[in-house]
Amino acid sequence: MTSTYLVALVGSVIILAGIVELLRRRQLAEKYSVLWLVVGILLLVFTAFPGLLTSLSAALGVAVPTNLMFFVGILFLVGVVLHLSWEVSRLENETRKLAEDLAILQLEVSQQKRENVAE
Amino acid sequence: MSSKTPDVRALIVVPAWNEQLTVGDTVREIRAATPDLPVLVVSDGSTDRTAHVAREAGAMVLELPFNLGVGGAMRAGFRYAVRHGYTAAVQVDADGQHDPNEVPRLLEKLDEADIVIGARFSDGTDDYKVRGPRKWAMVVLSKVLSTLAKTKLTDATSGFKVTGGRALPVFAEHYPVEYLGDTVESLVIALRAGCRVAQVPSRMRPRRGGTPSHRPIKSAIYLFRAGFALVLALIRRWDVSPLVEPVPVRAPIKEGISSD
Repeated sequence: MTSTYLVALVGSVIILAGIVELLRRRQLAEKYSVLWLVVGILLLVFTAFPGLLTSLSAALGVAVPTNLMFFVGILFLVGVVLHLSWEVSRLENETRKLAEDLAILQLEVSQQKRENVAE
Repeated sequence: MSSKTPDVRALIVVPAWNEQLTVGDTVREIRAATPDLPVLVVSDGSTDRTAHVAREAGAMVLELPFNLGVGGAMRAGFRYAVRHGYTAAVQVDADGQHDPNEVPRLLEKLDEADIVIGARFSDGTDDYKVRGPRKWAMVVLSKVLSTLAKTKLTDATSGFKVTGGRALPVFAEHYPVEYLGDTVESLVIALRAGCRVAQVPSRMRPRRGGTPSHRPIKSAIYLFRAGFALVLALIRRWDVSPLVEPVPVRAPIKEGISSD
């Protein structure tokens, strides 16, 4: 029990440290920073005090505490994936527009060059 | 064309993706058929000599840095057209399926519609045969779009069409870039923006290169995706109204065709 507890605790600390480090190096956009910090801290809290999960699931009427954890975890992950899909669609649209405009500008520049030579 | 509708300034847009074998002949044929219309080939991230061949044949070439699909290529063409003050864009495929001699007939129809489709199946004189699921998809699409457009559209998925009038600025901004978006969804958007759609009978010729997709599994997938594209197009929100006419950027560049 103590060894698993220790492993989980160390794991949570590493994850939280990783999040903080990504933020520190500006590798994570600010709009995501709060979300991931909250996730990291919650993870650490629930690992440090496993009794918290048990009493929380009892209060919510969930028989098995891990089920509560899985439910919340999966819900959260689905939300994150959906958000990322949305973000990727938006980025793709922006990239497309840039590519189209780049091609148009290239053609205009080459036409301009030809005209300058002709003059 | 120029005699009957002098107010139309048309640009021919040829989307091409790795079509170095056919694009040269297609461009030369277009220029022979309609010598007073500039030809813009949109090389859609081609990795072969498409852009070079098209330029040699006397077309202006837009080179997209990576493949965007027919929708993206056409939107680039529309944006170029709007920027340079054209009032109509004619899509002609690079594989030689579309007969450029029919372009003037399509342009003439532009005084009654914003989009003119060169349609197969409108009479019995067609050699182009479609069977199985692909045919059913086309029939259903035609029925739905005909109802929406309040006019008979027999070939909604035809790539051979003229975009002009109110439709051109709408498409320059909102042309759909997804699969089948360039045919099905674009018509829905145009109709929702209040554009009128008409069709002109047209003959499709066999392709010069490339293989038509007529295998049953591919056709079944096509059926599904076409249906999905249609449903999506109908339920999607489009911020196309109120229609704001974008002021074309007066580019300080005169149009030039390289070989002239």
